[in-house]
Amino acid sequence: MGYYTSIQDWIAFPDPLANPYYPFGDAYNLPYDISLKLWNIVGGAIAWLIDLLFPGNAVSEWLVCDMTANFFALVIFMLIVFMVVFIAVLVVLWEERKVLGRAMDRRGTMVGMMGFLQCVADGFKTFMKDNIYSKRVDGMTYWWTLSLIIGTSVLIACMVPLSDRWFVVDYECGLLIVMGLFALAPFFILVSGWSQNNKYSLIGGLRAAEMMISYEIPMLIIIATVALQAGTLNINGIVEAQYGTLPYFIPQAVGFVTFFICAIAESERAPFDLAEAESELVEGWQTEYAGMKWGLIMLADYLRGFCACGMIVILFLGGWNLPGVHLTEWESWLPVPELTFLLKGFLVFFIMVIIRCATPRVRTDTILNLGWKVFLPLAILNLVIVVTYKAGGIF
Amino acid sequence: MMADGSGKEGAGAEPTRAQVDAEQEFDRAIVEGKFDSVDMRKVLDAEGGVMDMDKMWITMGPQHPFSHGLWTLIIQADGEIVTDAIPIVGYLHRGWEKETENRTYPKIIPMADRLCYAASMTYTHLYCMTVEKALDLEIPEKAKYIRIVADEINRLQSHLMWLAAVGTDMGNFTIFLWASREREFWMDMNIRLCGARMTTNYPRIGGVRNDTPDIFDRDIIRCTEHFEKMIWEIIGLIDNSSIYQSRMVGTGIITREQCANLGITGPAARGTGVDFDARRDDPYDNYDKVGFEVPVLTAGDSYARYVVRMEEMLQSCIIIKDAMQKIQALGKNSPYRLKAPSRVPAGRHFGRIEDCRGEAMMYLVSDGTDKPYRLKVRSPIFINVSASKPLVQGCRIADIPVIMAMIDMCLGETDR
Repeated sequence: MGYYTSIQDWIAFPDPLANPYYPFGDAYNLPYDISLKLWNIVGGAIAWLIDLLFPGNAVSEWLVCDMTANFFALVIFMLIVFMVVFIAVLVVLWEERKVLGRAMDRRGTMVGMMGFLQCVADGFKTFMKDNIYSKRVDGMTYWWTLSLIIGTSVLIACMVPLSDRWFVVDYECGLLIVMGLFALAPFFILVSGWSQNNKYSLIGGLRAAEMMISYEIPMLIIIATVALQAGTLNINGIVEAQYGTLPYFIPQAVGFVTFFICAIAESERAPFDLAEAESELVEGWQTEYAGMKWGLIMLADYLRGFCACGMIVILFLGGWNLPGVHLTEWESWLPVPELTFLLKGFLVFFIMVIIRCATPRVRTDTILNLGWKVFLPLAILNLVIVVTYKAGGIF
Repeated sequence: MMADGSGKEGAGAEPTRAQVDAEQEFDRAIVEGKFDSVDMRKVLDAEGGVMDMDKMWITMGPQHPFSHGLWTLIIQADGEIVTDAIPIVGYLHRGWEKETENRTYPKIIPMADRLCYAASMTYTHLYCMTVEKALDLEIPEKAKYIRIVADEINRLQSHLMWLAAVGTDMGNFTIFLWASREREFWMDMNIRLCGARMTTNYPRIGGVRNDTPDIFDRDIIRCTEHFEKMIWEIIGLIDNSSIYQSRMVGTGIITREQCANLGITGPAARGTGVDFDARRDDPYDNYDKVGFEVPVLTAGDSYARYVVRMEEMLQSCIIIKDAMQKIQALGKNSPYRLKAPSRVPAGRHFGRIEDCRGEAMMYLVSDGTDKPYRLKVRSPIFINVSASKPLVQGCRIADIPVIMAMIDMCLGETDR
């Protein structure tokens, strides 16, 4: 005791990597750094105030010790990561409405900030709605699948790294984890459709399963191909591998186009929104989810759309690197790599929106035919091309 | 909730609350698996004896996104394949035919507008034409041409509304808004002509209410030329896309024989190879003096019906331009309306018109007073909807909205 005399002693901004409980190993993590500094300001100020009142107490010491700082830093870290993803998804939502509006010769949303606040208004609207559900639903599956669909979507969205310093986990097989979480939703949709005691929901759920078996296999083959070319399943590694050479959408043009279409199907966006085909199945598997439940499902849909764009950017468009500029070495406060990543994602989403406004919904047999007779051969062709590159030593 | 509503004692055939509760409890017991397998087998056998256990009946409607208006299509689905369909109409029945029997002849004109909200003038035209036949009235040349123009404006309006609906039924909102945008111009033409957008109240027994204003003569040509350019935008979006093609080509096929047996008329029949159009084959109101062609295709699927309707729109533009020339040649001061007597001599008279959806007819029985004794309407959609079973049988659930959109349901005239 007695080391702390002024507030500067309590708020010290220590090096996060020097913290013995630092959870990310050797890699520098920007959101964790921000959270730790935030906790240092908040916790240090509280500790200083308590110390002024009760000099030499143990609580003040505890508030700024390494373990407590790490714990609260992780709590703030989660909030920061989620808020950034959430705002990015709101931007995606706004982008879709504005671009769709312009393509359809109308203005799109007009509520505040060029229509951006319409998302907020819609959120409040669904929040205020009555929480209606049928008495005959199978309660257990009805509620659990809902929370799992939303939960996994939020989880993937947070798992997509914005740069090599903005990530949640940096596993060696990070790509597999993200794609595995992505592929979970159709199972929940199937069970959810079954639980709702509604024929439209049942058909919607079956369609989700039917669709998944058609696009999932070519998609995984293409992911394996990308991993093969990069030589790693680590997301950082894949982005780094694209930096030295061309972004993979040039050598793997076939795989890029196939993956793009599969990604649209994966995020269940038009023209592959068969599971919620509103013209024949009233709202598909979402029919019995009213009010805020539906609002959260829509949010999850857009989270998945944003993640699909993020995966395309990571796998094919060079991630957070700009060609010729190695921004990852720039360890400044300027969020240039993160913004590069988000802008590339919004660009990919723009193309998805254009596709949405130009195409009608396809039928189940069409997507099955596409998946098995077109995408699967194309994915294998892509694999053969990459194997040829590798054997020839080109990349 | 439902049990609360029917909880009154002595409600006759309605089940009491206790009955409803018992039934729900029984269902819940089945769901929760309270019966052992032998009991369950008995329940399933009893149910399986009376119904097809591997097929599912789905009630689509009356309030369903695909039913444009209030009607029900009950389908039997084997997985995604539709095996049977039962159309049910009548939710919008408002006793139109009975109501006309208590109105004088001119007072029925605004009511005839309400028969079809998408193309109101064709029904008013049909009604006026039928009464004129009963009165043995020859209306002025100019009125005939103005009625042709008005009819074709309404045909374009109705077809564009159909096109918009096709867009949403396929899950594309762009077509909906582009078609609605073009439809607005024709709505404006309605306003120029008679002051109202939809329920126009324009034709009269013995002519039309007013002459074409100068602004209309100018704008209708501009509007037609604009439309002939813009329609190609929509055609390009649909016909150049293989996804649209895959949704329409080869679905909802009916044969000529089925068309004849079911009495299908209009674009639905012309897409099946039935070369009949009342405008050409039984011309009324100078339709024989304007030049146009009747598009006929033989494929009989949704795409053929789509192409026929799109071609009809372009032909309507040609008719409008031709008829406007004739109107202008007749001069500003030629008569457009006759005074019609209020009492119609006793007799039975029949009028037919090529509506946007098929052949509409009216059968008038007059008893010499100023009110009709009976006025029967033959609505094309009431007949065409009977084809929904052969149309959707064997298709997928996803095809039903597209196939039924090609019939172009309009419940105002169907249920009357």
